[in-house]
Amino acid sequence: MHELGLMSGVVDTVVASARHAGADRVISVRLRIGDMTEVMDEALHFAWEVLRDEDPLTKDAELEVDYVRPRSLCLACGNEFEHDRFHLRCPDCGSAETSLLSGRELDIVGIDIETPDDPEDDTPR
Amino acid sequence: MAEKTVSIETSMLSRNERLAAGLRERFRAHQVYVVNVLSSPGSGKTSTILATNERLRDRYRCAVIEGDIASDVDAVTMKEAGLPAVQINTGGLCHLEGNMIGQAVDALEAGVGLENIDVIFIENVGNLVCPVDFDLGENLAVMILSVPEGDDKPVKYPGIFQHAGALLLNKVDVAPAFDFDMGAYNGTLDDLNPTAPRFSISATKGQGMDEWCAWLADQIEAARV
Repeated sequence: MHELGLMSGVVDTVVASARHAGADRVISVRLRIGDMTEVMDEALHFAWEVLRDEDPLTKDAELEVDYVRPRSLCLACGNEFEHDRFHLRCPDCGSAETSLLSGRELDIVGIDIETPDDPEDDTPR
Repeated sequence: MAEKTVSIETSMLSRNERLAAGLRERFRAHQVYVVNVLSSPGSGKTSTILATNERLRDRYRCAVIEGDIASDVDAVTMKEAGLPAVQINTGGLCHLEGNMIGQAVDALEAGVGLENIDVIFIENVGNLVCPVDFDLGENLAVMILSVPEGDDKPVKYPGIFQHAGALLLNKVDVAPAFDFDMGAYNGTLDDLNPTAPRFSISATKGQGMDEWCAWLADQIEAARV
């Protein structure tokens, strides 16, 4: 259960980014987490609800998590395949020589923020 | 009011990853081979490190970084066996992180000098979940399961068994007293981590230790080239 430690780093990064972007508040935070990591969804949300109160910018922010299914490349036959946590062999040729392409992500993707209106900034988003 | 999306695209563990990269470079510069030893509490991390040191010490100068929630019991044991040892107390944290290893390596550097160390064993906090996600700059992560824990542990804790670069099954000397199904254990690992070598050992009785230590010595030599 290290979600609290993970999320405290997330809060720091999010607050710094939001401040840099001139945010009044953070609406939502998006994470990308691979299924091969030891992160538990409920614990992550619980940690977020505890920690978001630490800064007025994040206190109402919602947490959104995109989970990533593991994918590997077979180094023997070149097959690219999706798999679960238990079966890492190539389903086509049975080789054990595979390279994980995705599934170990622990990423902060980005944030949605609210900013004061800036009449001079009409850059399309 | 306006709403906008700000892209961040950074790792949640970016701080630890930076620290681990720094440690890896530091270990490489000093030709120190680092083994991160993982298991649940009581599987035999301490006795396996001691028995491994017994067989490697004529060739390599070993040191130990001990990670525990509390106490210095293990560091004292290591020092009594003649191994330089640094104790980290995590005070409740369930795993070791890069900054703790950095401080422990500083202590080893000040105490014995990294130029006088060939191998560092990091005895992680006994836990089958949390240490997996924290890179410590190690060359090798070793997972120790002991027979009394049961053959189903790889099914229950796939992450750590998948993460390990070598899998030790300890306490095989007491296997007759337990219903440990080697076929089931190996069957799970054949799919979960088919590339990591497996060793059946008894750290206290010596069974299988020579084979494990010979393989480890090969890894240490390969890393030096």
